[in-house]
Amino acid sequence: MTGTADRVAPAEGGRVSRSAPGGLDTRRATRTTKQSSQIAAMVWGAVGIVVIALIWEAYKLLGPSDGVVIAGARVLPRTTDLAMPHVWDMVGRLAEPVTRSPSALPLWAVVGLAALTTLGIAAAGWLVGVIVGIGLALVMQRWRIAEWGLLPWIVISQTVPLIAFAPVVKSWGSRVEIGAFEWQDWMSVALIASYLAFFPIAIGALKGLQSPDRIHEELMQTYAAGYWPTLVKLRFPAAVPYLLPALRLGAANAVVGAVVAEVSTGLQGGIGRILIQFAGQASGDPAKAWGPIFGAIVLGLVAAGSVALLGVILKNYRRTEEAA
Amino acid sequence: MTDGDGGLRSDAGGGSRPASRNPDAAAAGIRDGAGAPPQPAGTTAVEVRGVDKIFETTSGHVQALDAIDLTVAAGEFVSLIGPSGCGKSTLMRLIADLDAPSAGTVSVFGKTAKQARLDQEYGIAFQSAGLLPWRTVAANVALPLELHGVASAARSGRVAELLDMVGLSDFADRYPDQLSGGMQQRVAIARSLAEQPRLLLMDEPFGALDEMTREKMQAELVRIAAETGAAVVFVTHSIPEAVFLSDRVVVMSPRPGRIREIVPMRLGVDTRRAARTEELREERGFFEMVTAVREALHGETPVTAGPRGVETR
Ligand SMILES: Nc1ncnc2c1ncn2[C@@H]1O[C@H](COP(=O)(O)OP(=O)(O)OP(=O)(O)O)[C@@H](O)[C@H]1O
Ligand SMILES: [Mg+2]
Repeated sequence: MTGTADRVAPAEGGRVSRSAPGGLDTRRATRTTKQSSQIAAMVWGAVGIVVIALIWEAYKLLGPSDGVVIAGARVLPRTTDLAMPHVWDMVGRLAEPVTRSPSALPLWAVVGLAALTTLGIAAAGWLVGVIVGIGLALVMQRWRIAEWGLLPWIVISQTVPLIAFAPVVKSWGSRVEIGAFEWQDWMSVALIASYLAFFPIAIGALKGLQSPDRIHEELMQTYAAGYWPTLVKLRFPAAVPYLLPALRLGAANAVVGAVVAEVSTGLQGGIGRILIQFAGQASGDPAKAWGPIFGAIVLGLVAAGSVALLGVILKNYRRTEEAA
Repeated sequence: MTDGDGGLRSDAGGGSRPASRNPDAAAAGIRDGAGAPPQPAGTTAVEVRGVDKIFETTSGHVQALDAIDLTVAAGEFVSLIGPSGCGKSTLMRLIADLDAPSAGTVSVFGKTAKQARLDQEYGIAFQSAGLLPWRTVAANVALPLELHGVASAARSGRVAELLDMVGLSDFADRYPDQLSGGMQQRVAIARSLAEQPRLLLMDEPFGALDEMTREKMQAELVRIAAETGAAVVFVTHSIPEAVFLSDRVVVMSPRPGRIREIVPMRLGVDTRRAARTEELREERGFFEMVTAVREALHGETPVTAGPRGVETR
């Protein structure tokens, strides 16, 4: 045993000392550390899923079949197959056809297609939210008075539960008809998604655009750089660290908004619709109802992950001036 | 101007100064007629006249500058020295038009400070480097060129030249957070020189450097200033640095910020830059100048200081 340890230690020491001093080697070393930390994150993510599955099954096995009821309120769910199907049943159901008809697609494909539809609508809503949010932030950054005038309304806007009015929005939309353009039902859903998405983006972008240090603003001033050059060369790059989380939050909001708006407007084709539809069939096919739920989770992850990808592309804008 | 502590002397135009500084014999030969900067009409780089600066704060007002008069000739190297808080940075900011004086006027190359800024008459290096963290070293140096529409080929050539000058060619693709504080400061200096300005404003640019690099950069700065004929207003806390670099050293006192005395360095007009070699640091005259500045800085007002005061003059 000791022999092995002795042989391993110097080898490692040698590698470290070789890679430390050189600039390139250092950079390679940091990249490997980053890669290994990414792998670690993935491993932990997988471990988390397994743990949740184990807890689910353990509770299902050990918990009372009528759940835990305290003072008349059920604080833990029933453990019947109807309320909590087995993990393997739920996963297995994904591979089976969605209905008994011979031409039916497997459940996962139906859920996947619906999720893609919703993702498209959410993305459209997110994009509108980005444009509106950044536009508002630009106006508020440019004119202090606009910040005072607009910011309270932006905050108040989020207290209006637009989702609750989704059918109303839909009926408003159906009256919009400009030339060849005709309002589609999915646009109402996208509009609601954008309504939820623009808020964090506006707030984050405003904070980011206001974030440049005074010394940097003054530097631009000494270059006699006007508003637009300062915006492009200083404010937007400085805003990136604030924008990225805001965009991610906006993406998550857009997905939630799209799913809920689909449900309340009854839009066909999206995941919100099949969520309701399959839940209605749960008494006969309890595992099937979980398909769209998994789909919605994956949808949220994909949306947030896409924005995270943006963060990787823009990683140099997240640096700080301090020496590492 | 009435405070009797040398306020009158703070006017740079004084032609009487060389005579009053005669005791400084070590500077043999280059002494006579050399004290005053060359100042033909129209070649004044900076002219500060009767400037006050008062900051209004919540806890009353702070008089940062009081009755400042200072003229910097084109091509002249002037250092500002004085205890912390005496208004050196404030004065520099007024010249750079980053702040407006409460009273008095500031003109740069005969224009208002604002016009001079819009015309890009000066390059500036702040007390802290102020690099943009998302730009590489090269891109940081290129920023002013980029903003002023220099073509990309010319830009990269100039950047390479500047980085070579500050000894950071190997770090062109690094980011500021991968550099030491001193290296960052050198990048900032390169950036301030990018457009070969006629006036350089430098606020303690070498503060973060080690002694070796510092001396090297000082020599570089002297060379650059001589080559480009740029006037330099240089803030420092180091007396030897001020003496080594400057044609004149402006000694300031705090609360309120005033010019206590302007000490001309011994080097003559023609030899001004050429004579500032490394050997200078070892000469006796150098130490005498250091003493003169130190006394102006710490000592009593020159008028009442008796023989010593005379000596410093
Ligand atoms: N924006 C401001 N608001 C209020 N007071 C200020 C402001 N800027 C400077 N002051 C005050 O003006 C005085 C001069 O400041 P300044 O920064 O010019 O000093 P300094 O000579 O550069 O000092 P140091 O050597 O420490 O850099 C100080 O008393 C400072 O508190
Ligand atoms: Mg200062």
